[in-house]
Amino acid sequence: METIALSENLKETIRIDAKNMYYRQLNDMVREAIASGAKDVIIDSVNGQRYIGAGIERKDVTIIINGTPGNDLAAFMDGPTIIVNGNAQDGAGNTMNDGKIVIHGDAGDVLGYGMRGGKLFVKGNVGYRVGIHMKGYKNQIPVIIAGGTAGDFLGEYMAGGILILLGLNNNTHSIVGDYLGTGMHGGVMYIRDEVNPYRCGVEVGIAELDDGDKNTLERYLKEFCDDFSLDFNEIIKERFVKLYPKSSRPYGRLYAY
Amino acid sequence: MKTFIPPDFRVYIEHERCRRCKRCLMNCSFDAYTFQDRVTPDDSKCVGCNRCAVFCPEHAITISNTPIGYREHPLWSMKARKDIWKQSETGGVLLTGMGNDQPFRIYWDHIVIDACQVTNPSIDPLREPMELRTYLGKKPDAVSVKMDRDGKLELATELLPQIEINTPIIFAAMSYGAVSLNVQKSIAMAAKEFGTLWNTGEGGLHEDLYHYGSNTIVQVASGRFGVSSEYLKIAVASEIKIGQGAKPGIGGHLPGEKVNLDVSKTRMIPQGTDALSPAPQHDIYSIEDLRQLIYAIKEANGYKPVGVKIAAVHNVAAISSGIARAGADWIYIDGFRGGTGASPTIIRDHIGIPIELALAAVDERLRQEGIRNSVSIIAAGGIRNSGDVAKAIALGADTVAIGTAALVALGCSLCQKCYTGNCAWGITTQRPELVRRIDPEVGAERIYNLLRGWSLELKEILGALGLNSIESLRGSRERLRGIGLNEVELRILGIKHAGE
Repeated sequence: METIALSENLKETIRIDAKNMYYRQLNDMVREAIASGAKDVIIDSVNGQRYIGAGIERKDVTIIINGTPGNDLAAFMDGPTIIVNGNAQDGAGNTMNDGKIVIHGDAGDVLGYGMRGGKLFVKGNVGYRVGIHMKGYKNQIPVIIAGGTAGDFLGEYMAGGILILLGLNNNTHSIVGDYLGTGMHGGVMYIRDEVNPYRCGVEVGIAELDDGDKNTLERYLKEFCDDFSLDFNEIIKERFVKLYPKSSRPYGRLYAY
Repeated sequence: MKTFIPPDFRVYIEHERCRRCKRCLMNCSFDAYTFQDRVTPDDSKCVGCNRCAVFCPEHAITISNTPIGYREHPLWSMKARKDIWKQSETGGVLLTGMGNDQPFRIYWDHIVIDACQVTNPSIDPLREPMELRTYLGKKPDAVSVKMDRDGKLELATELLPQIEINTPIIFAAMSYGAVSLNVQKSIAMAAKEFGTLWNTGEGGLHEDLYHYGSNTIVQVASGRFGVSSEYLKIAVASEIKIGQGAKPGIGGHLPGEKVNLDVSKTRMIPQGTDALSPAPQHDIYSIEDLRQLIYAIKEANGYKPVGVKIAAVHNVAAISSGIARAGADWIYIDGFRGGTGASPTIIRDHIGIPIELALAAVDERLRQEGIRNSVSIIAAGGIRNSGDVAKAIALGADTVAIGTAALVALGCSLCQKCYTGNCAWGITTQRPELVRRIDPEVGAERIYNLLRGWSLELKEILGALGLNSIESLRGSRERLRGIGLNEVELRILGIKHAGE
């Protein structure tokens, strides 16, 4: 573990070489570093180690991952910022409460499952089952933005939050998969493409963006573009559609009382 | 639409005894009474919960089953006819509360326990120490000891985290939302007082209950309601809920009406919205995925135990083997008699298998595979008394969990109307005037008393068996015999017939 002293007593940046390291040892070291007061933890040579950042409850911490973190990155995380210089695997942001994950690459399946707050930005494509059962609560609004395409079941059971899909550098096929928003009963999705209704769940409505939507979209998109040095004006030029739940009670009239 | 459904119950008021105090009107939360000069019941609204009858100071109320004059038919029971009428009038899925009430065989009632006579003397628990202490968690394959310089022996094997409980009875998961906060408070208090565990269910942990953390199991289910890093850390252990005995394989819908301000805060969802729990957890499609979530929780909760709860279904033994290998610290098996606040009746009554058979099958399979020590087994779903507890432990359970029994202690009369949210006993409701009917202090005392009574009885049973520790009964099927069971049943239960 290499440490860089930025002030006299406080080692604000701690560097860890994760080469050939088991995840449990690595995560112990990360937690130790944060407990000792580090504000920035840089992890090099990450190669599939799971659960990095899981359950950490600190807002003022940034974890920089060089390499490919394993599944369940930032599960149950509550506050930190994680920057991944590489691709991410499945389950990033699982049941995350607060914080931010910025992935400079593609990411796998089941991202942001049950996510209640925070941001998950992926520069490239995302896999299947992304944003299932995202939910907002009070002033917490979970936001997932993916720059590329998404697989099936995007935003399934969505109960709150914002999902934005940009489909950059994709001219060949639909940027969304099937079963889009199946069971959706809250939240909103903005898709930078035409969305064929047959791809959506029956609970999903498709609409044009109103001014409120445009403000929301612009705000988060600007932040996304800043993080990845993308041209906001170029991206916002294209038409977006809004997907919303037709009912907040899709199963309200199902039962005989 | 004119209903064809005859009332389930007849409410009879003895007007000579009635003093017109109107307590029955106040107590009935289903509006079955009106008062016009005298108390007038509406049989069609009565759910048979007997709240009014218990609280009538003159004992002037008698609730009975409606004498039915319909022609009997063995296939077309009155229940079958009433269900069809109800569905033809509503077009909906029939709902119910509680566990399966169909007349399937209750195996507990076909199993008897051994006792010592002459050759191996029984023990008097009133005079000799009797150990009910139980440890939940993974046990090592073997233990080794080492001797220090002073000649004192100490354990050399590093043990994985164990949860110590004072009796082999814990409380089943019942979420805030399904039951009232006062119910959870009663149970949590009793658990702390007695030294056992209670379980939040999947509705989050109310902040008033945070200080019961060392007696709390927090649940992680498909909706992830109220699940946060703090929630996982506060509790002594976590439990991943895959299934529930009353509704295996289906999710849950807590209707928006029940999501009041406090429920909303605890579940961390907006007030008045439906809380939908998807049927599966969409991050678990395999044993490998389950393992991934178990260890994600362990990373977040500091490597405290993580259990997995499943409903007892056909391949429960193979599934349990997978769960043990996935790294779970316990497997909680919920039989088809297990209760619920709301389940489609058709699911409750037709899906799942009895806990007795499931438990025996799982214990046997894990023993055959040599991994029984790697996981604790919690058996639940229809434990009614300490006899059932002793039989479950002899069939291989480390501990049992009780839900319905704890609610009965609080007044539940099994009317099965939990899903309406109008529970007159103040149990499965969020209506403030009904919730107040349970004083948590009194509720805790009732439940504590139940635990005490059962635990004393367990000691009596152990004494009769000539054992001085519940540990010695665990998996000891030789001490059980079956009565009136066929060979297949005896084989699955792993017990001999009485007389053998």
